[in-house]
Amino acid sequence: MSQVPLLEIRDLHVAVDGKEILKGVSLTVHKGEIHALMGRNGSGKSTLAATLMGHPRYEVTRGEVLFEGQNLLEMEVDERARAGIFLAFQYPVAIPGVSVANFLRSALKSLRGEELGAREFRNALKEEFKALHMPESFGSRYVNEGFSGGEKKRLEIVQMGMIQPKLAILDETDSGLDIDGVRIVSENVNRIAGKDTGVLLITHYQRILRYIRPHFVHVMVNGRIIRSGDESLAHELEQRGYDWLLREVGIPQEAEKTLQEVG
Amino acid sequence: MAAPQSLLDVGTEYQYGFRDEIEYVYKAEKGLNRRVVEMISYFKNEPDWMREFRLRALEIFLKKPMPTWGNTQLLSEIDFDDIYYYIKPAEKQGRTWDEVPETIKNTFEKLGIPEAERKFLAGVSAQYESEVVYHSIREDLERQGVIFMDMDSGLREHPDLVRRWFGKVVPPADNKFAALNSAVWSGGSFIYVPPGVHVEIPLQAYFRINAENMGQFERTLIIADEGSRVHYIEGCTAPIYSTDSLHSAVVELVALKGAHIRYTTVQNWSKNVYNLVTKRAVAYEDATVEWVDGNLGSKLTMKYPSVYMVGKGARGDILSVAFAGPGQHQDAGAKMIHAAPYTTSTVVSKSISRGGGRTTYRGLVQVDEGAVGVKCNVRCDALLLDELSRSDTYPTMNVKEDDVRIEHEATVSKVGEEQLFYLMSRGLSEQEATTMIINGFFEPFAKELPLEYAVELNRLIALEMEGSVG
Repeated sequence: MSQVPLLEIRDLHVAVDGKEILKGVSLTVHKGEIHALMGRNGSGKSTLAATLMGHPRYEVTRGEVLFEGQNLLEMEVDERARAGIFLAFQYPVAIPGVSVANFLRSALKSLRGEELGAREFRNALKEEFKALHMPESFGSRYVNEGFSGGEKKRLEIVQMGMIQPKLAILDETDSGLDIDGVRIVSENVNRIAGKDTGVLLITHYQRILRYIRPHFVHVMVNGRIIRSGDESLAHELEQRGYDWLLREVGIPQEAEKTLQEVG
Repeated sequence: MAAPQSLLDVGTEYQYGFRDEIEYVYKAEKGLNRRVVEMISYFKNEPDWMREFRLRALEIFLKKPMPTWGNTQLLSEIDFDDIYYYIKPAEKQGRTWDEVPETIKNTFEKLGIPEAERKFLAGVSAQYESEVVYHSIREDLERQGVIFMDMDSGLREHPDLVRRWFGKVVPPADNKFAALNSAVWSGGSFIYVPPGVHVEIPLQAYFRINAENMGQFERTLIIADEGSRVHYIEGCTAPIYSTDSLHSAVVELVALKGAHIRYTTVQNWSKNVYNLVTKRAVAYEDATVEWVDGNLGSKLTMKYPSVYMVGKGARGDILSVAFAGPGQHQDAGAKMIHAAPYTTSTVVSKSISRGGGRTTYRGLVQVDEGAVGVKCNVRCDALLLDELSRSDTYPTMNVKEDDVRIEHEATVSKVGEEQLFYLMSRGLSEQEATTMIINGFFEPFAKELPLEYAVELNRLIALEMEGSVG
């Protein structure tokens, strides 16, 4: 394929506070592809997400990451956002005193380099709230302050809809949502992503994959992707759990557990 | 230039540091002595009781030691002999801006005062050095019997009212700087609102220091008669000099039965001004006093607005916000004195320090014997933007009654890495993200200001943060 990949991760090693969490991750995402990254808690999935977005606490010790052929690792967090990367946070933080509308309006201005018309912005925000089954009044509430877990996750997708990224990294967006919530969020991710957005969907449950159907599934264990496949890999994991896979690739379960605890 | 620009400016990009070349009508010699005090009183053609009041206050000032608490280092650097205690800038007070001397008028134009007056104020007072040079009040308010004038005119035109309350809420012996003000006071506002009259839009006073080594000692007295309402806003700026100026005001508020006073301050002195102010209110039965106090400028501010709730069901609210940048110390707080049953009070203090700036919350909650059913809630939040900066909290409780409910909560936080990361992941630069977090922190204050001021506050915080990151 001659097309430059949207995201190309090569042999990525990442340490936090001097401790290596990712130990050689390689992954390529093209425009329009949906990749599910699965694995247990502590396997390094969220570390990969935070590293791609540029969290200062995550130190890349080896490897490279290209976004549309550009060296992503040299960019600041906000430059990555402007390049087209979006991270839906696993634990979105509250910003007291800053309204959702004010925040998003400033964000869009920075991302696009120009101010959006007041009416255009209001209408777009209204549509997104409606699509996520959230009352419009959330626009004037302070960002994530006093939100339930499910509301925070929905607000992340509202933001994704407003921002229309090239690459959306969804970090356990399904956790904290009830069944209806998972469905509504999924439908909207599909709608917003459309044909062009690349999606990296991080989860340790299969249920969201019923709604967002991945083209590729990767399994991460101890900071490495140990198996990649198509959708059927997810079904297999659902039926058989992770243990068979660990045995197959020759990772002793006990060792994996120990690593989980320290990670 | 938009009006409120004048009123708020937080520092490094101080826009109001310009100075005027002025031929003053009268400039007293530097330093403080009996002759200067008598001269001031003579110039003002005051009644004997006021001249004696001043001279007594001078004795108290000279006897009282400097405070032994607060920022004693900075306090010890004040040279009382190197200050002009009285400067008269103009022959007479203008009722229209055209009557104000050109240079001074231009200054207030630059500060946006006439524009603010046209847009959203019911009355304006503009003080330059020691005297109020411009004064106006809307005719409809005047017809309803509302009095809004400078304190000197108040003393001349309403001697009984002034004599009854002047120095009663804040006696000269209260503290060294109250004594100083009582001795050399000049200008400030006198307001009286008759029973039942509601002044719905704000009255504003603006204070400008121009001369180097100037001491400004305005004196404000507001009396809200039974069931009346009034909102008063004050703003202040000064030029930047290498030597320090002193601003030491006394503000006395009297809220009679069922009255409501809101007093908003947006203090934006340049960073060479000592701002040592005594502000106190008395709230009678079912009366409410609100202090909305923003401290952005000055070198050292020491100010603890207080409410003495002396009537059953009285209420006091203080919302205090401080921003301390490099070289600044904002030592602010609140005093709530519950001297009657079923009185309630809230204190919200929010402060931000950066670049080595210091903020201090110093507060007192007192409940006297017999004051049953008292409720009081105190909340202090401090935000530190870097390791160099400092914030301290000194709350004092003095409770002599059992049947009371008092809550106190204090937090100190740093601008969180996670908050910055979250905002930046949506495309905001580090500076924009920090500014947004700070604006959010100040939001409870901003939303109590008239819209024009709130917008300006946000803009000025953005200015202050420019170049401070990275």
